[in-house]
Amino acid sequence: MYDASLSSGAAPKPRGKSLLVQDARTRKRNAAEKRFRAYGMTAILIGLFFLVVLAVSIIRSGVPAFTQTVVDVEFTLTEEQYTAAEGELFKTKAYEGLLIEQIRDTLEARGLEVAFDAGAIERLLGKPGGTLREHYRANEQDLGSPVSFKLAAASRVDGYLTGRVTREALQDSRFMQASDLDLIDALVSADIITRAFNWNFITGADSGVDNPGGAGIGASVIGSFFMMLVVLALSLPIGVAASIYLEEFAPQNRFTDLIEVNISNLAAVPSIVFGILGLAVFIQFMHLPQSAPLVGGLVLTLMTLPTIIISTRASLKSVPPSIRDAALGVGASKMQAVFHHVLPLAMPGILTGTIIGLAQALGETAPLLLIGMVGFVARGYPDGVLAGFTEPNSAMPAQIYTWAARADASFYEKAWGGIIILLIFLLTMNIIAIILRRRFERRW
Amino acid sequence: MSLTKLTTSALAIAALSASAAAARDNVQVAGSSTVLPYASIVAEAFGENTDFPTPVIESGGSSAGLKRFCEGVGENTIDVANASRAIREKEIKACAENGVTDIMEVRIGYDGIVFASQISGPAFEAFEPADIFNAIGAKVLKDGAIVENDYSSWAEFNSDLPDAEIAMFIPGTKHGTREVFEDKVLLKGCEDTGAMQAMLDGGMSEDDAEDACLDVRQDGRSVDIDGDYTETLARIDANTNGIGVFGLAFYENNQDKLKVATMGGVAPSTETIASGDYPVSRPLFFYVKKAHIGVIPGLKEFAQFFISDELAGPSGPLANYGLVSDPQLSDTQKSVNEEATMGSGS
Repeated sequence: MYDASLSSGAAPKPRGKSLLVQDARTRKRNAAEKRFRAYGMTAILIGLFFLVVLAVSIIRSGVPAFTQTVVDVEFTLTEEQYTAAEGELFKTKAYEGLLIEQIRDTLEARGLEVAFDAGAIERLLGKPGGTLREHYRANEQDLGSPVSFKLAAASRVDGYLTGRVTREALQDSRFMQASDLDLIDALVSADIITRAFNWNFITGADSGVDNPGGAGIGASVIGSFFMMLVVLALSLPIGVAASIYLEEFAPQNRFTDLIEVNISNLAAVPSIVFGILGLAVFIQFMHLPQSAPLVGGLVLTLMTLPTIIISTRASLKSVPPSIRDAALGVGASKMQAVFHHVLPLAMPGILTGTIIGLAQALGETAPLLLIGMVGFVARGYPDGVLAGFTEPNSAMPAQIYTWAARADASFYEKAWGGIIILLIFLLTMNIIAIILRRRFERRW
Repeated sequence: MSLTKLTTSALAIAALSASAAAARDNVQVAGSSTVLPYASIVAEAFGENTDFPTPVIESGGSSAGLKRFCEGVGENTIDVANASRAIREKEIKACAENGVTDIMEVRIGYDGIVFASQISGPAFEAFEPADIFNAIGAKVLKDGAIVENDYSSWAEFNSDLPDAEIAMFIPGTKHGTREVFEDKVLLKGCEDTGAMQAMLDGGMSEDDAEDACLDVRQDGRSVDIDGDYTETLARIDANTNGIGVFGLAFYENNQDKLKVATMGGVAPSTETIASGDYPVSRPLFFYVKKAHIGVIPGLKEFAQFFISDELAGPSGPLANYGLVSDPQLSDTQKSVNEEATMGSGS
């Protein structure tokens, strides 16, 4: 039979020719793979493109916030002037008046070639009164002798030097007039107006809408820090304890299933809902203070807990059962097995989850809206650790949100600058998470 | 485990601070986003010039602020509500139900509402209330009959206006500005175009006709902005034909991006608003809980500081930012000094 069929001449068609020549199906499969790779590459390129656009726009809009235009002046305040100014209701304004008078006299003595008046000087200066008063109240020995100040200039002067305000687009208003630009040019060439690094932006507190030069994000960084302390102190122990119990001890029944489903659901609840809850429970029922980082931290704890529980349970699950069995086999109690063996091995995963949960909480604004941390909160640094929790303060994302809503374009710059600082914090936290994971990770 | 120690001690601190949080030492304010800039200027100056801590000013709109104001008396409620409109009877009643009875009304000055468009956009230079009503009213008078508004261009009802798509961005209902906009522009326009009369003739009661006049078309040509003026500005930036409703101060701070139209033939400025020539202006207020004076340190001082000549007067920082100062400021100062409450004859 076999022979016959062979010899019958109906030899099977030579199926494959050379291995070097691809047949249609192979070509098709290879093409599909190539296409898939191309899709993947495009997706990554699109992602990268948007990332670059985002990074460039953030940096371009935010970097100007880190420098500011300063007016370098020497100012002498006599004892009498000090007493007189302190006797006024609007003391800082009195200081400003004295400063403007002195600057006018100095400029006149120097013989500037452009015409100017006290009004022009007032428009160039920002709101230096607060700085002056603070200095003289703290250093009364400086009264009567000249002190050199570097005072933040008005936002439009800043804008003129950075290109935000141009001569062509300028409309005469009480904020700035075309003639003021000549004075600015003259003062720049006289080295009285210079650009300097804006330390106040990094260390200061928020300022009123007419004083963008005095605004800083420092106080709200502290607010965020205290909130994160509360979140860490509450959500880590509660979250880890809850997940250890659920994962290692709890019986598998309907009730624990229900709890599990609810935890997963909780992770998806919009954060504003936690804000409403916080307002009702912590402020109206428990009478905790408004606008306090303590309440903000409590609200964010509620938001972070599900994230931490889910990631902790995942990392507990990933510890191989052989570890538990071995511990139990040599006579360890269940609790010893968990705390001496399973938990240390799950630690890197737990810490990563916690840090990512904290980073998420750090960037959250919505729940803070309802508990009074968004708005004009400018108390500056809290005095002491306890006050840090209870004194009104803002948080970084809330501060950025507030600045973005202000009329003066220079606050918009500050909002972008704040975003850069917030991103630096988030990146640092994520890098710490990666390092922890790399260092302590165990592979089986 | 040092981590456990750390967390327990942090927990203890948190618990301690919660119990130490008995007394509030700063003034707590919430309300109108129109008043917010002025209040923040005053709050900063108050912190710099007195030994009291800087007050906390929250935003959220006049209605939201007054609602929180009326929640009750006590340290966990706000002391001052900012409003860009007067408090309503309904709100006074709600206040009274929660024990907030003695309310001090303080008028800080006036604010103009301006209609502005992109500086390089079509030449929107002069509006009448009738134009705005025809553009965004839900039902308008067309050829002698009340019909659903189907105008798509400004030139269709007023040949002096540019032939541009209608796109208006008006304050949302939670803003106090909306009330002034309705009263002084929509209602006025409704009367001026004769739509009001036509509705009355059609058998509507006066109240129904007024409500119908205030209805805004819902086909997307008029957009309610619930956020701040920066949101309106962003919309205008993105839409050449867009016309936004702004506060005078906001417009003055953004003159390089916006051009303003006259209303009823008058250009908005602090002078025309103070003289009353510019038709769309409104007083700005803040309301103080008298029960909190003496309990919250610095509350009365803050109110006095706010309306002092140095701050709210014509040469003060508030006027410099765009507030039209109140010619009757001294009366307000007197009533704040006497802690006169609403309904007590002052």
